[in-house]
Amino acid sequence: MAVSYRNGKNNSNPLLKFWQERRGDILPPLVGVLLFLAVWQLIVAIGLIRLPGPYQIWEDQRARNLILYPFYDRGGLDKGLALQTFASLTRVAMGYGLAAVVGIALGILVGLQPLANKMLDPIFQFLRMVAPLAWVPIALVALQQNQPAAIFVIFITSVWPILINTAEGVRQIPQDYINVRRVLRLSTRRFFTKILFPSALPYIFTGLRIAIGLAWLAIIAAEIVMSGIVGIGFFIWDAYQQNYVSEIIVAVFYIGSVGLLLDRGMALLQRWIVPEK
Amino acid sequence: MNIATFHDTGYAIAPQPPTPLLTIENVTKIYPTSKGPNVVLDGVNLTVSAGEFICVIGHSGCGKSTLLNMVSGFNQPTSGEVRLKGQLIKKPGPDRMVVFQNYSLLPWLTVYENVYLAVDAVHPAYDELKKKDIVMHHLAMVGLVEAIEKKPPQVSGGMRQRVAIARALAVRPELLILDEPFGALDAITKEELQEELLKIWWEQKCTVMMITHDIDEALFLCDRLVLMTNGPAAKIGEVIKIPFEHPRDRDHILEDPQYYDLRNYILDYLFGRMSHEE
Ligand SMILES: Nc1ncnc2c1ncn2[C@@H]1O[C@H](COP(=O)(O)OP(=O)(O)OP(=O)(O)O)[C@@H](O)[C@H]1O
Ligand SMILES: [Mg+2]
Repeated sequence: MAVSYRNGKNNSNPLLKFWQERRGDILPPLVGVLLFLAVWQLIVAIGLIRLPGPYQIWEDQRARNLILYPFYDRGGLDKGLALQTFASLTRVAMGYGLAAVVGIALGILVGLQPLANKMLDPIFQFLRMVAPLAWVPIALVALQQNQPAAIFVIFITSVWPILINTAEGVRQIPQDYINVRRVLRLSTRRFFTKILFPSALPYIFTGLRIAIGLAWLAIIAAEIVMSGIVGIGFFIWDAYQQNYVSEIIVAVFYIGSVGLLLDRGMALLQRWIVPEK
Repeated sequence: MNIATFHDTGYAIAPQPPTPLLTIENVTKIYPTSKGPNVVLDGVNLTVSAGEFICVIGHSGCGKSTLLNMVSGFNQPTSGEVRLKGQLIKKPGPDRMVVFQNYSLLPWLTVYENVYLAVDAVHPAYDELKKKDIVMHHLAMVGLVEAIEKKPPQVSGGMRQRVAIARALAVRPELLILDEPFGALDAITKEELQEELLKIWWEQKCTVMMITHDIDEALFLCDRLVLMTNGPAAKIGEVIKIPFEHPRDRDHILEDPQYYDLRNYILDYLFGRMSHEE
C-alpha cells in the first residue's frame, strides 16, 4: 500500500520525478566539481601553489564583477566576459564556416579523384602539422589586419580534419551504391544528393566535430598574440600583463565552458542529422 | 528415357527465333595476378533470344559472376565480344538492370524513393504522375504497397529483394540480370519470390539471365540452363533445354518424371564429372 501511494505522489510532481530518475546522472558530477573546488582551496591554503583559491576569487572585487556582470560594456576593450566570448565566437564562426565549405568541397574532390589525392595529400599532411600559433605571424604579415588574420588562423587549423574525414567518407562509399549509380547512369547532381552526401555524412560530421574543438583552441591562441581586439584570448593576455590573476581564472572558466558547449552542440546535431543504425 | 533428346553439348541448341537479343562470342577473361595471368573464362559462347529465361549454374568460383558482369558492363572481356541487339557492351546501363545479391538499396531512401530514383533517372522527361504510376505499379507487382514509406533497414530480406526486383523492372530493361538473388533468403520466402519472378517474367515477356546455386530453382524457372565447367579457364559445358510448359506450377513439375531425370543428370554433371576433373 505504502509503495503505491508513494508512486502516485511521485507521478504528480514532474520535478521530483525527474530528480528521482536522473539522480544518478546529476549527483556524481556535482560531487566531483565540489571536491575539485575543495582540493583547489586546500592546495592554495597550504601554500603549494601561488594561485588564488575559489574563495579568494569570489572575494576579489574585479573578478566578482566579471562573474556578476558578464554583459557590461564600458566601450573599447572594457567589456563583460560574455561579450568578449561572443566576439571570439564570431571569429570562430567565420573561420569555421569557411573551413567547412572549403574542407567538404576539397574533401569530395580528393575522395573522388585518386590523382588529385596523390598530388595534394603530402601537402595536406604537411600543413596539418603546423601548429595554430605558428600560423599567426604568417597570417598577420600576409593579411596585415588582426580580424582577417584571426579568421585565417581558425580556418587553417580546423579545415584539415573536415577535409580528411570527408575524403575518407567519399572513398568509403560502398561499391554497391557506386554500382547503382553506374547501372542507372545517375547524373552527377543526383549522385551527390542521393548517394555521396548521405553516405559520407557520418564521416563529414566526425570531421566537423573534431574541427570545432580545434577552432576554439586556436582562437584563444591567436587572440593572445593579436593585441588590441575584443576577445576572450586577448582579455587573458591583457589581464596577465596587469597581473589580475583572478580575472584570468574566471576567463579560463568561460573558455572551458564554451568549448564543452560547442562539442556537445555538435554531438547533438550529429545525432539529430545522422541517425544511428 | 534418352537424356540426349533434351540436352546437347555446345551451345544454342534450342530452336532460335530470328533475332538474338544477346550474343556472347568467344569471350575470354584473364585477370593478371602476382602469380601470373589467371584465366577465369576461356572461350564462352552463348546466344540469348528475347523473352528467354536463362539460368547459369556451376561450381563456386568458376566465373559465373565474371560472365554476367561482362553482360551488365561492369567488366570487360579480355578477348571476344558481348553484344546486346548488335551493339557492343561497353559500360553498365539501365537496358541491362542488375539485381544484386546484397540488394544494393539506398538505406536513407524509402522503398518508394529507391524505385522512384531509378524511374526518374531513366525517364527524366516523364511527367510526375506517370513516374509515380510506374513506381506504384511495380511495387504493387511485388506486393509492397503497404511498405512504401519504410526504409530498407526496416524491412525483411525478402522484402528488400522484392524492392530490388521492382526497381530493376520499373525501368523496363531489355535484359534483367540476377546474380544469386535468393541465396540469402529462407526456403519459404525463396519459393514465394521464385513464383513471383516467374509470373512477372511470363506477364511482361522480359528476358532474364540468372545465376543460381540451386538446381531446383533453375529447373522451376528457366527455359535453358547453362552448365559451366570448373575453373580455371571455365567455359560453358552444356546448355540444357528445360521442357516444362509455361505457366509453370511447382507441384505439377515435381510430378513430372522428366524432372528427376534432369535433376540427376545435372547433379551428376556438377558433382560427378565436374568434381572428378579437379
Ligand atoms: N578482380 C579480380 N582479380 C583477380 N581475380 C578475380 C577477380 N574477380 C574474380 N576473380 C577470380 O575469378 C574467379 C571467378 O570469380 P567469380 O566471382 O566470377 O566466380 P563465381 O562463379 O561467381 O563464384 P560464386 O559462385 O562463388 O559467386 C575466382 O577464382 C576469382 O578469384
Ligand atoms: Mg558469383
